Amino acid sequence: MGRLNEHPAIKKAIALVLSYVIVQMLISTNIISDYLQVTLATICINIILAVSLNLITGITGQFSLGHAGFMSIGAYMCALIVLRMPTIPGFLLGVFAGAAAAALVGCVVGLPTLRLRGDYLAIATLGMAEIIRVIFLNLEITNGAAGLSGIPKFVNWFWLFVFTAGTILVISNFIRSSHGRACISVREDEIAADAMGINTTKYKVMAFTFGAFCAGIAGALYATSFYFIEPGLFGFMKSIDVLVIVVLGGLGSISGSVLAAVLLAVISTLLQSFPEIRMVLYALLLIIIMLFRPQGLMGSKEISLNVFGKLGDLFASRKRRV
Amino acid sequence: MERLLQQVVNGISLGSIYALIALGYTMVYGIIKLINFAHCDVYMIGAYVGYFCMSYFRLGLLPSLLIAMVVCMLLGVAIEKIAYRPLRNAARITVLITAIGVSLFLEYGTMFFVKAETRTYPPLTGWLARIFRIGNVVISMQQIVLVGITVILMVLLQFIVKKTKTGKAMRAVSIDQDAAELMGINVDTTISFTFALGSALAGAAGVLVGIYYNSINPLMGMVPGIKAFIAAVFGGIGIIPGAMIGGYFIGMVEVFVSGYGNSMFRDAVVYAILILILIVKPAGLLGKNVREKV
Repeated sequence: MGRLNEHPAIKKAIALVLSYVIVQMLISTNIISDYLQVTLATICINIILAVSLNLITGITGQFSLGHAGFMSIGAYMCALIVLRMPTIPGFLLGVFAGAAAAALVGCVVGLPTLRLRGDYLAIATLGMAEIIRVIFLNLEITNGAAGLSGIPKFVNWFWLFVFTAGTILVISNFIRSSHGRACISVREDEIAADAMGINTTKYKVMAFTFGAFCAGIAGALYATSFYFIEPGLFGFMKSIDVLVIVVLGGLGSISGSVLAAVLLAVISTLLQSFPEIRMVLYALLLIIIMLFRPQGLMGSKEISLNVFGKLGDLFASRKRRV
Repeated sequence: MERLLQQVVNGISLGSIYALIALGYTMVYGIIKLINFAHCDVYMIGAYVGYFCMSYFRLGLLPSLLIAMVVCMLLGVAIEKIAYRPLRNAARITVLITAIGVSLFLEYGTMFFVKAETRTYPPLTGWLARIFRIGNVVISMQQIVLVGITVILMVLLQFIVKKTKTGKAMRAVSIDQDAAELMGINVDTTISFTFALGSALAGAAGVLVGIYYNSINPLMGMVPGIKAFIAAVFGGIGIIPGAMIGGYFIGMVEVFVSGYGNSMFRDAVVYAILILILIVKPAGLLGKNVREKV
């Protein structure tokens, strides 16, 4: 039995189930009120966005400023399907159709633009996201600037948990796979990776498509938890918000992205009581954190479940010394 | 034909503003490889300084323009000293996030002090309010002043960059920072000077946009900022004449798409052109492709 406890997969499963059950209990006992549930949805959606952007920017080293574009594709696709099929299968179909559409666009856009490097890629992806936004603004079916409203709400803590934990698990496993290692090698030195026989274009497009897929899921969850979407929600600032989370958490650190998404949501909830200077304080905090911790909160390290074990050891050894 | 000429006149006016802002982006990018997101907010501050000078202190156009340029110059230098200099050796993406932080701070700080409402510039009087008609083409004095001041500033900038010692230092630092330092160039001062020049131009653009479009608000910098940056990339980022060409080109495209096509698509067309340019010639119109050495 002791052996079994130490198996990492089982530890992970226990941690996941525990976190699900604890939050579910807090919701049923009303400690997490309706208002906080909205924050919870925002946090989970931001985690999915940040972790997937981290795969593109932090792990593969491709600087993308167009994540909101993929998110909007997922959101619109899912909203359009759910408005016609307001059932749970319709919702699931919408989420996966949205994610698939975003991934398709990601692949089509990625193939030509990923030849660009650094800031040029950033500008190209920014332009791509803006074009997507303008298209949604002008299409009949998306109802233009007025947006789609009355989208049935399907998202609850269960679905949020399934998709968020799913994204984190899949992406963190991807990073540890040989494909993930190849992506990291592209980040470290593209020419060297190429020389070692890694098909750099393939891995860049793979990471980009996969990131877009997850952003599509996030968009679909957004549409089905907030009733209303319009093109303005997915502008340049949304992409920037996601990038801020990724860099704040630490490029390449999945747990850093999760931590930063939670932290920023907490900060912005706390600042709700000063509506006038909320954004000013937010901006100041951002500058200060970057000045004093340029590598982000976690650097490129990860929090693992062993942290608790190590903390326990530290505590025990202190006690012994006393 | 007349309609075409009218669009050209409007395009040149709009392009002048983009070109002035793009110059600041391109110079800063050329020297420290940073997309200075706060640049478009310096332009917004310039518009507000001009507004207060003209409506509260009743100053004329030229004094207001000069005051706005000086204030923006100081602001640009301060931003660089406080927010970017400590991160000179950090990863570029970190500095980028700091720039976004500074941009949000300026936008919402301004909103806190002057409120979010749109303000209108005082109407121009006297000779500045004149309108010329050549056939059916209408050219207002504002447009002439706008283009005139832009051209003067660009010539001045070219002179500073090409003919003065500081300009030479700027070019040297943008080519190789370490080598420039070894040659006895004070890199910090040169970078400050670049920010000062770029911000002064943005301040001028702010005042000019105020007199041309009449309305200003704290978030007015965002969209022109992105467009101006695209103009800089279009012409070849880091290249001063490139930014000018890019600015006028983007201005023209926008005016023509709204004049002859659907104005809703004007932004999309600009971005599509940008992506095409990047794919065909990533270094921009005037840029040279530098081969990467291992």
